[in-house]
Amino acid sequence: MTVTSPAELDTSKKDTIEKVSIIISKGSLEESYPGLIMANGARAEGIEVNLFFTFFGLDAIHKDRHDHIKVATVGNPGLHIPTWAGGLPGVSALVTKKMEHQIEELDFPGIAEFVEMISDTGAGLYACLASVDLFGIKQEELIEQVDNIITVGEFYEMAGGGQIIFT
Amino acid sequence: MTSKLLAGAEIEVNDEGFFVDANQWTEDMATELAEECGVPTPLTEQHWTVLHYMRQEYFEKGTGPTVRKLGKSSGVSIKELYQLFPKGPAKLAARVAGIPKPRGCI
Repeated sequence: MTVTSPAELDTSKKDTIEKVSIIISKGSLEESYPGLIMANGARAEGIEVNLFFTFFGLDAIHKDRHDHIKVATVGNPGLHIPTWAGGLPGVSALVTKKMEHQIEELDFPGIAEFVEMISDTGAGLYACLASVDLFGIKQEELIEQVDNIITVGEFYEMAGGGQIIFT
Repeated sequence: MTSKLLAGAEIEVNDEGFFVDANQWTEDMATELAEECGVPTPLTEQHWTVLHYMRQEYFEKGTGPTVRKLGKSSGVSIKELYQLFPKGPAKLAARVAGIPKPRGCI
């Protein structure tokens, strides 16, 4: 067996990711935040990023809704509370408040600020045409940072040559 | 870890090109470091604002700031940071400022 010492490893040939297209399809706090972290983190590494918001993921770029995104407390075993308790009035609001508080404690941004920041990093923000039609959302209801409302075909075209991450 | 010659001094850097000892850094190394990692030169006043802020934070807190922190506190906005350091502001500013790569997810 040949042992290569770290100094001899050729790091210049390390594989890199140059471009990612991240789809955000869910509307709960815990399911839209990770995609935003991945998008922001990719830009911080100099990776080209496009964000595609579809279905309930659109809430993250909806002017009236992006400040009110809640943690899903029903059917969410990761929360470790009984499903019946998660459905009681006010529980989702309470758990959301707690998580928002923890996010703030860590000095992480809320969804609205995070999306705006990601746009400032130079990432492209796109809304899914089919979902916008389905929910009857108008362009002016979306935040101004949204670059365009596009079809799935246009999304694939835009994602060409990169990786696609679905969340 | 390897060593290389910068502005006439022998410097220890890690595999990714980050300084192992931030005290080995001097300002006259910055331009060469910038050219090495694709940061547009000549370095502007705003570049220097960011570089000095990176070092100040590193020596105070033991780690360099993330992009968000830079945008909030360095006096340079996030949009501008990505113009100054297109391939990742926190990472490249740390490399040019002679401090280790900052760790942080946001």
